[in-house]
Amino acid sequence: MNDLKYTREHEWVRMEGDVAVIGISAFAQEALGDVVFVELPEIGKSLKAGDQAAVVESVKAASEVYAPLAGEVVGVNEALNDDPSTVNSDPTGKGWFLKMKPSNPADFEALMDEADYRKFAEEQG
Amino acid sequence: MGDENETTLKRTPLDALHRAHGAKMVPFAGFDMPLQYAGGIIAEHRATRTGATLFDVSHMGQAAIRGDSPLAALEALVPGDLASLPVGGMRYTQLTNAHGGIVDDLMVTSVGEDYAFVVVNASRREADFALLGAGLDRLAVEELDRALIALQGPRAAEILVPLAPGAEELRFMSAAPFMVDGSAIAISRSGYTGEDGFEISIPAQDALRIAERLLQGGATLAGLGARDSLRLEAGLCLYGNDIDETTTPAEAGLGWSIGKRRREEGGFPGAEIVLAQLREGPVRRLVGILPEGRQPVRAHAEIRNTSDERIGEITSGGFGPTVGGPVAMGYVASAFADPDTAVTVILRDRPVPARVVKLPFVSHRYFKKH
Repeated sequence: MNDLKYTREHEWVRMEGDVAVIGISAFAQEALGDVVFVELPEIGKSLKAGDQAAVVESVKAASEVYAPLAGEVVGVNEALNDDPSTVNSDPTGKGWFLKMKPSNPADFEALMDEADYRKFAEEQG
Repeated sequence: MGDENETTLKRTPLDALHRAHGAKMVPFAGFDMPLQYAGGIIAEHRATRTGATLFDVSHMGQAAIRGDSPLAALEALVPGDLASLPVGGMRYTQLTNAHGGIVDDLMVTSVGEDYAFVVVNASRREADFALLGAGLDRLAVEELDRALIALQGPRAAEILVPLAPGAEELRFMSAAPFMVDGSAIAISRSGYTGEDGFEISIPAQDALRIAERLLQGGATLAGLGARDSLRLEAGLCLYGNDIDETTTPAEAGLGWSIGKRRREEGGFPGAEIVLAQLREGPVRRLVGILPEGRQPVRAHAEIRNTSDERIGEITSGGFGPTVGGPVAMGYVASAFADPDTAVTVILRDRPVPARVVKLPFVSHRYFKKH
């Protein structure tokens, strides 16, 4: 069973209590290839849904990671500074990017579930 | 990358091999080309530096130029000293325009007194062959339908020699014909990675068979992604990024490819401009840029001096797996071109400290016999 929700921009979100943990999907890391750097936001920053939250750099290109929902950044995954390849090896686990406190927790429910996302990603693919 | 596009893309003779090995295919210069295989760009890059990898570069344009003294005739179009090239010799040079800008960079091989072989960039083949056809009106320029594969890395020779005995004798930038399994192939000791290696021109119908034999011999596949990170670490220019019609060979640091006689005689398009730049120094130069930290800087990022004034622009940038960090090249005003000059690169509105470094980032390991 899977408690992740997804955006059309290939971010995933998991609620841990009232905090949203955010990363990029397995599909996204596969498309990016080897991740070599992740630029994380400052803690305390307020983001609207769709704002740039982070930048992920692969060998070949930089890609933006967007906030899946509105809220405040309350944590970032510092471990990615030392080993950005965790995004490739464990994208929905240890490879998380940031934590946000959503302004409106109901926003989470509006995101795609796993099955819908899989269908969406296959169409992209 | 829609279906419409894909149906019009050309496929190389090794297309089936790429698909069988899980390649991620991308459109590149009108061809459907492997960006990387299942192992990823970093693994392919490392395999090239430590073992031997096989690149399909069949998208590149190959042509035979036949007739009376093709090398001397070619000198009217390029600044390289070709007339002195012995049979079996290979030279890197550039097609230039009237302003000294680079129309393309290319490899020229002397196959015989009346036969030169050229390899040009895929994206420039039409412009090049138009220029060659018009500029060499007494010669026959024939584009060849052949595959081209590059076998690169310190183990390249030991993998190739069982198929092509004698290939170990080739020095860097020389070439010879070989028969392999009844197929007439041309092998040169050259490449685009900074490593020892070979480029092998093969009749299209024999390419798959020979590529598979090289893989059986221990080579692994590498795609365009690794090709780019390898050439960037080796400080080699990429046409369209580091050089184009607005940059001259002198600005791009390619003066080494213009011999003494050509500097004295000129006689190529834009010679006055290029030769004056070589004598007096160009106003800008292509240099290596080493950013601090781990974040790559990319092409088109602005380069500033320590007083925050614009002095140039990054033309190639990315992550260098062998360096273990970001590497880049770009043009800077000549006053800032000395190694160790402190600069900043603007990365999404944020200044990243960097310094100018001597190219290459990773030493070349070409095969040069004494």
